[in-house]
Amino acid sequence: MAVLALVEPSEELSFQALALARDLGGPLHALAFDDSELGAYGVETVHVAELEAYAPAAWAACLQGLIDKLQPTAVVAAGTNRGNEVLSHLAARLDLPFAANCIAVGDDGAVTRVRWGGSLLEEARIHADMKIVSVAPHMVEATTVNGGSAVVEQMDVAVDEADLVARVVEHTETPSAGVSLSEAKVVVSGGRGVGSADGFGILEELAGLLNAAVGCSRVVTMAGWRPHTDQVGQTGTKVAPDLYIACGISGATQHIAGCKGAKKILAINSDAEAAIFAHADYAVVGDLAEVVPAITAELRKARS
Amino acid sequence: MRILVCVKRVPLTGGKMVLTADEQALETRHLGFTISPHEECGVEEAVRLVEAHGGEVTVLTLGPPEAEEQVRDSLANGGDRGVHLVTDGSEWDPQATAAAIVEAVRTEEADGGGFDLVVFGNESADSGNYQVGIRVAYALGRPVATGVKGLSVADGRARCEQEVPGGRDVYDLPLPAVVSVLEGINLPRYPSVPAKLRARSKPVASSTPERPAARLEKLRLVVPPGQGKQAEILGNGAGAAPRVVELMREIGVA
Ligand SMILES: Cc1cc2nc3c(=O)[nH]c(=O)nc-3n(C[C@H](O)[C@H](O)[C@H](O)COP(=O)(O)OP(=O)(O)OC[C@H]3O[C@@H](n4cnc5c(N)ncnc54)[C@H](O)[C@@H]3O)c2cc1C
Ligand SMILES: Nc1ncnc2c1ncn2[C@@H]1O[C@H](COP(=O)(O)O)[C@@H](O)[C@H]1O
Repeated sequence: MAVLALVEPSEELSFQALALARDLGGPLHALAFDDSELGAYGVETVHVAELEAYAPAAWAACLQGLIDKLQPTAVVAAGTNRGNEVLSHLAARLDLPFAANCIAVGDDGAVTRVRWGGSLLEEARIHADMKIVSVAPHMVEATTVNGGSAVVEQMDVAVDEADLVARVVEHTETPSAGVSLSEAKVVVSGGRGVGSADGFGILEELAGLLNAAVGCSRVVTMAGWRPHTDQVGQTGTKVAPDLYIACGISGATQHIAGCKGAKKILAINSDAEAAIFAHADYAVVGDLAEVVPAITAELRKARS
Repeated sequence: MRILVCVKRVPLTGGKMVLTADEQALETRHLGFTISPHEECGVEEAVRLVEAHGGEVTVLTLGPPEAEEQVRDSLANGGDRGVHLVTDGSEWDPQATAAAIVEAVRTEEADGGGFDLVVFGNESADSGNYQVGIRVAYALGRPVATGVKGLSVADGRARCEQEVPGGRDVYDLPLPAVVSVLEGINLPRYPSVPAKLRARSKPVASSTPERPAARLEKLRLVVPPGQGKQAEILGNGAGAAPRVVELMREIGVA
């Protein structure tokens, strides 16, 4: 019995989805939109569809065409914006359940999925013959198989006009400014304890020395001290630096959801009981207005 | 314009996740409640559109009797009227939630005219199913854009912008349409005291839908490992700086 996976163009997370899909057993088929080599990920047949612009309903229609042909036991995609969007379209079209952001899929429709942006797990059951699941980012390893090579088949795509109503009609490039939050090796992040927009000056100075990005908590964006693009957390950006420095941040689960991918967390907080210390590797107890400039000065001293 | 916004009551968890003994829910005895920031921004966006174009904002929730609090909060932020689909507090799966919302939309539209826009959060704060809005769009036969971070309406069309790596993708949907929005699309207002008072007397229609059997059935919740670490204390105050820099060197970032 076949398994069908959606592979997005230039999307590393799709390989993690393929790893989970392969573990479900059965010949692995993939729907792809370019001719990337997927044999190494255990795919037996790649069905390549050509579409002019991204249209979630059209992608779902392509999956539907393959489902009719292959009768798969499961349809799997990465838990990306597009992966979750396309599988939701598919599930709505077929009136089937869809379990988003799973980390494991077992027998009889048993799944483990993430809630609260990863702060909580849910064991659930999908009541349907064909399981539609997406795979939570960075929770499953993208493993390869030896000597795999995939057959490539061009798909005959005849998309219904109705499935193209919602499609990308325009793309604008935003010039990148400075170190990007999601890719920075170090993030210096501030919360309510920073006190004001100007208070971020000392964090920016430290960040400059470390080639770091500046992040913040939701309290900070709600107060208008920093733009939402700087917000780390469940409804902000998820970061995975080598070091995350949390200054004056209490450690709400919704904030931690965005920084727990960091290799190490250093928390600076004046409250020795702050919840952040139960999520951090290192702690400095004290007033960030004194501690942060002292670290900056010490770094400068060490470098000169 | 007539706009409907859907919001979901969720507990405002603090520094850690604590479950009830039966592992079916979060322990909420000491917690306040709220809605997802995405949904707060959905309410704000709808209110701004109506401020610019005229019309009415309806706020809908499916939840326990207490969820009226979240409807009233949204009315204090500029909504005009509420629709409360009252449950016994048990979990509704996304298919059941969508079906109940669709039913309510049909009733509302039969009485008061069609909604030009139905607005959702991109994902609910607690269950994060990423799908209720899309299911509602299909059932109503309307186009849908998700992850919307920029929205403008003109000439019967909605221009929806999405942030993607390196830039923005634009969708151009004919109205009526469905959108799901992300926090950051706007900065929501704080309600004034008079607005809170006014919200108390705004109309909220309630009804009690039947819960169908779950097809995505929650069995049990589990707190993931990693909560409850003990941080190594590097020091107190400015005196800790040398140790911090030493650590940065060990990690290889200084
Ligand atoms: C569904 C949902 C999604 C959310 N998404 C996010 C999200 O994406 N990101 C996010 O951050 N939050 C998010 N939140 C909000 C979150 O719950 C918290 O409200 C928020 O993270 C708290 O921000 P904070 O730590 O800056 O402020 P507070 O909780 O007020 O903490 C301030 C901290 O600063 C310390 N402090 C004060 N002064 C000093 C000083 N001089 N020196 C050192 N320390 C000091 C205090 O001891 C305290 O620990 C979300 C909430 C919900 C319900
Ligand atoms: N119980 C509910 N009541 C009202 N709206 C809801 C409810 N559940 C989900 N929604 C809406 O659907 C969006 C997506 O939810 P979900 O598919 O669960 O991630 C949410 O952000 C809300 O706008």
